[in-house]
Amino acid sequence: MTIQELDAIRAKKSDLVRVRRIVREEGEKLAKKTGYRKQVLVCGGTGCTSSHSMKVIAQLEESLKELGLSDVLIVKTGCFGLCALGPIMIVYPEGAFYAQMTPEHAKTIAEKHLIPGGQIVTELLYQGTVTKDGIIPFSETAFYKKQLRIALRNCGVIAPEDIEEAIAAGDYAALEKVLTGMTPDDVINEMLASGLRGRGGAGFPTGRKWAFAKASQGNVKYVCCNADEGDPGAFMDRSVLEGDPHCVLEAMAIAGYAIGSSHGFIYVRAEYPVAVERLKIAIRQAREYGLLGKNILGSGFDFDIEIRLGAGAFVCGEETALMRSIEGHRGEPRPRPPFPAVKGLFGKPTILNNVETWANVNPIIMNGAAWFSSIGTPTSSGTKVFALGGKITNVGLVEVPMGTTLREIVEEIGGGIPNGKKFKAAQTGGPSGGCIPAEYIDIPIDYDSLLSIGSMMGSGGMIILDEDTCMVDIAKFYLEFTADESCGKCTPCRIGTKRLLQLLTKITEGKGEPEDLEKIEELSNHMKQSSLCALGQSAPNPILSTLRYFREEYVEHIEKKICRAGVCKALFTYYVDPKKCKGCTLCARNCPVHAISGSVKQPHVIDTAKCVKCGLCIANCKFGAIERR
Amino acid sequence: MEHHSAFHGTAEQEAKLRAVIEESRSVPGCLMHILQEAQGIYGYLPIEVQKIVAEGLDISLSEVYGVVTFYSQFSLNPKGKHRISICLGTACYVKGSDKILEELEKQLNIKCGECTPDGLFSIDSCRCVGACGLAPVMMIDDEVYGKLKPDMVKGILEKYKEEK
Repeated sequence: MTIQELDAIRAKKSDLVRVRRIVREEGEKLAKKTGYRKQVLVCGGTGCTSSHSMKVIAQLEESLKELGLSDVLIVKTGCFGLCALGPIMIVYPEGAFYAQMTPEHAKTIAEKHLIPGGQIVTELLYQGTVTKDGIIPFSETAFYKKQLRIALRNCGVIAPEDIEEAIAAGDYAALEKVLTGMTPDDVINEMLASGLRGRGGAGFPTGRKWAFAKASQGNVKYVCCNADEGDPGAFMDRSVLEGDPHCVLEAMAIAGYAIGSSHGFIYVRAEYPVAVERLKIAIRQAREYGLLGKNILGSGFDFDIEIRLGAGAFVCGEETALMRSIEGHRGEPRPRPPFPAVKGLFGKPTILNNVETWANVNPIIMNGAAWFSSIGTPTSSGTKVFALGGKITNVGLVEVPMGTTLREIVEEIGGGIPNGKKFKAAQTGGPSGGCIPAEYIDIPIDYDSLLSIGSMMGSGGMIILDEDTCMVDIAKFYLEFTADESCGKCTPCRIGTKRLLQLLTKITEGKGEPEDLEKIEELSNHMKQSSLCALGQSAPNPILSTLRYFREEYVEHIEKKICRAGVCKALFTYYVDPKKCKGCTLCARNCPVHAISGSVKQPHVIDTAKCVKCGLCIANCKFGAIERR
Repeated sequence: MEHHSAFHGTAEQEAKLRAVIEESRSVPGCLMHILQEAQGIYGYLPIEVQKIVAEGLDISLSEVYGVVTFYSQFSLNPKGKHRISICLGTACYVKGSDKILEELEKQLNIKCGECTPDGLFSIDSCRCVGACGLAPVMMIDDEVYGKLKPDMVKGILEKYKEEK
């Protein structure tokens, strides 16, 4: 591939892709030039395919054929972000955002909207786009308005399995710029000046990592991508790989040029079959187009990438463990130094960055470090992608400038807490992180502010908790996770996680003693200081942070033997309020262990000795007569 | 090592595995890849299969066993005809996936990590399938079931029992 050929692809397809970035009159005009009157984008990410978006595409194809609509283009894209409303489908040039699609809906839309002179089917739209002043583009809704999509710039815009669309959307332009006009030092200086920090969790400056690796001697060096997204509840990296895999390949090649490496590895979770498949397709296409391989764009620079599948070990997110795993061994971490930039994969100088970090490289090279560092806060430039989940209305993927407050994310973008419940805390950083309580909801989120309140950025999982979440139970949940995932190599982590879990279990079972809290704190501090890797050092964080902000809940569990959230089963009983009970017998009929007795139209009684606290009676009672006490 | 059932590997499976080993043995770090392929061929990694791998790569059985037992994706025991995988990631957990698991265990009368005596179902937990928008989620084979409530479990399992 030559630069002229690259330009030809851009000329051929850029209008087609640009229609999807603009709406209203301008979009209409441009659409006419492309030969496609309408473009229908359907999400083919894991969230939407799980709710059967492929059936929607199949139905669309059939309907278009029946209606003879050859000037409508169907594009299978990556994630649009609003996963709670999947499957999602967007029709351009209007930018009409249809949600919770079924094949029947697709048929209706084809017949009423996609035909020449057709009209938007308002009742099938995402209702956030329907206002009293008419239909607004989805980019103006509360969910999207405050977002700034840099890493996700092409997700939900291009067909990830078509390298020409990726090129037209801007991928490989930065590689071209680097290979034709920048020295390796220029590239590293640009990365340093941008202030980009690693998006995988620790927040180490990316440019410095690259500079160390460049300074290391050796003719074989490696560039690795950590796509082993292990934080449960985080799916940013998966979405980038599914929506824009080429941006990662391009960025790795740029790093290879900068540090003097010709070989890359992507270590990706085997549990992400869609992402793995798209990566394979992307690598194959990039090789076919000469954007990976020998003598890229005639520059004399060689670079190629291999995929390695992980096999389900959280510790492999740690860099030295990940490299051991690529080498085919147990993924156990080793002490640093030597750091991987000096001695990494197969003993050679290696850099490892995570998917989201790679996704930021192209925009930094194209728009410059000054542009990038003008976004965000002084110490955390750029944006951060969060996987918003848990007790929140708009579950999905959001990308916001660093420094956005938690309140903006929860209340505006997230649409608040469902069922009229109260916000209790946001958990960030997964099993290594902590909680942000309601009192800090106005804190601007960046690396340093989160550390200052005892949490951490982590990879970007953000789980919203409401008043029905027990903070002791959630700490126990994370300790179960780390105890299970501890690799066992170092004693503080192997034994510490087990002991902490035992103590927490004891408290949730109502057997806690006042001195347990001191023991927990002492052991936690030992683990933080003496564990070998970040997994063990950060494993106590979920406990320490909940103890810091919700200590009274621990004390209640221990001293009063109550769980205010009604989660810890040993700490409450079910009780029928005789004043409210109408004697409808519904609870007794649904009780799986026959613990409820009473005659028709008489208040019922629960035998607490038989009750297994499954909660079915509460769920079934129509009069709100059953309580947890 | 526990043995839940006798090993019934066929000559054809063995030939396939040996071909995979031959093809990959020169690639540095190929052990994980070969084990993943082996699990694809046999459905699990009993000691007999690990021996073939160790022999083929000329490494010790203990090294193979060490890797197999390190990663949660590798299984020493056979799985059911239908593999149920319940997500216990955080987003699913706070939305009650533990109650879905309880219901599964009750309906099938086995614990997480086990297989029903008739070999039809096995239950495992997984960390996150990334479909957090549909939490709580479980997968049966490659099909994802989202927005689950405990009372939906029985009906879903019935579908697979009828197929039999």
